Amino acid sequence: MKTRLLEAADIEKSFGENAVLRGIDLSLSTGEILSLMGPSGCGKTTVLRMVVGLIKPDRGQIFLFGKKIEGSEDDESVIELKKRIGIVFQGGALFDSLNVGENIAFPLRYCLGLLDEEEIGKRVSDVLEQVELPGTESLMPAELSGGMKKRIAIARALVHEPDILLLDEPTTGLDPQTARHIDRLVSEIGKRRKLGILAVTHDLVTAIGISDTILLMDQGKITWRGTPEEWKTSEDENVRRFANGLRPVREGRTVCP
Amino acid sequence: MELFRWLGRTAIGFFESLGFFSLFLLKSARGIFRGRWSRADLSKQLESVGVSSIFVVSITSAFTGMVMAVQTIDQFVRFGATNYIGGVIGLSMVREMSPVLTGLVVTGRVGAAMAAEIGSMRITEQLDALQAFGLDEVAFVGSPRLVAGLVMLPLLTIYSFIIGIGGGYLFVVTRGIHSVTFLKSLEALLEPSDIFGGLLKAAVFGTIISTTACAEGFRAGNGAIGVGEATTRAVVWSNMLILAFNYILSTILFGGIR
Repeated sequence: MKTRLLEAADIEKSFGENAVLRGIDLSLSTGEILSLMGPSGCGKTTVLRMVVGLIKPDRGQIFLFGKKIEGSEDDESVIELKKRIGIVFQGGALFDSLNVGENIAFPLRYCLGLLDEEEIGKRVSDVLEQVELPGTESLMPAELSGGMKKRIAIARALVHEPDILLLDEPTTGLDPQTARHIDRLVSEIGKRRKLGILAVTHDLVTAIGISDTILLMDQGKITWRGTPEEWKTSEDENVRRFANGLRPVREGRTVCP
Repeated sequence: MELFRWLGRTAIGFFESLGFFSLFLLKSARGIFRGRWSRADLSKQLESVGVSSIFVVSITSAFTGMVMAVQTIDQFVRFGATNYIGGVIGLSMVREMSPVLTGLVVTGRVGAAMAAEIGSMRITEQLDALQAFGLDEVAFVGSPRLVAGLVMLPLLTIYSFIIGIGGGYLFVVTRGIHSVTFLKSLEALLEPSDIFGGLLKAAVFGTIISTTACAEGFRAGNGAIGVGEATTRAVVWSNMLILAFNYILSTILFGGIR
């Protein structure tokens, strides 16, 4: 049976005069992969940051695991709920002063309060195996490529076994091969662990490749929602406009041979 | 009209920053006892603020002590007051020069680096990541740095006392003043309350350095330019506050106001 993990109802947010979100509704259940797609600056990342409490909505409600998020950042109940979420930031947000092993161990020490170094080491190497980067514990973030950083960030987001995984542009800035590698990884891990995954992306290949449901955002509103199959056949104006962005500028030049 | 507008904006910005630093200090101080932060980070900060500053504090203090000796010996010999040279150099170093110079030097060396590091953490979402893990990012980043400043500045200042007075002593004895005269004068004029006052100043300056550096790092924005600006602001604020608080504390501790 699927459990509702996240629900956002009628979320609104403005920064000064600029209305970034204008009535967003979405929900996420166990084992579901939801892609929030849209052009740059349409408010996708703001939604993601709201879920983890980095930004507060002006209006509307967010429910995590059935509990309404309210009160201050210091509230123990809010902190406990946050510990059940893993997040991968756009640039990875790995701690520069810590090596890969310490970065991944971070949520184990500070979210779960684990003290047993042997267990921490084992869980770190297990999750590194899962993201196909075994033996990289001693490397520093500055020594990693973009794709490796993303995978280490995914490992860090997963190591404390959260129920929800939030991904902010997981494939942005990566070559197509590495991007598809990340897609496969996210999809496999998500299904195996029955995670609820909310991926914010403007990469159509990622959205169609990994999602159960796609939400299209534009100017702070969700303008379309449906499955990847529905996307492919949709005649919706917003969908077509977004998808047309993939057309080559010059006639006859296609992306794939 | 424009001038008044500019003055008003500057005054508001000034007090806004002071308020921001005060709140940040309160949060960091509360975080020492109630927040979660890394003990490993504390030892790294203790090393960064303390051990790594020893060389630069040594050079600054030694030359300052010697310059003090150069200035005093000429005048004191002329007025036949050579018996006071050691005491005057000691008092100047302990009450004023050591705490202030150590504070200014550590601001330039450590405060700037702290602000740049935290500013970079801000723009690369590392601070957001801490918050997303359910941690209080001010406590996690600010508290160990506050403790490091609070502990290490007084220790560096004690070291500066020794090196500065030692530098003055070396210059004075090479100019024909007997070492016993210097040391007796030091013993006669220097009191424990002077040392306490100097160390109290150092602790306040350590707090100022950590707080301004961390707070400015936290409010860095606008990419690499924002980090650069935050670093500059941290150094300027720290230096201004050190000199202002030095005046206030000197007046209270040594100015006859009890």
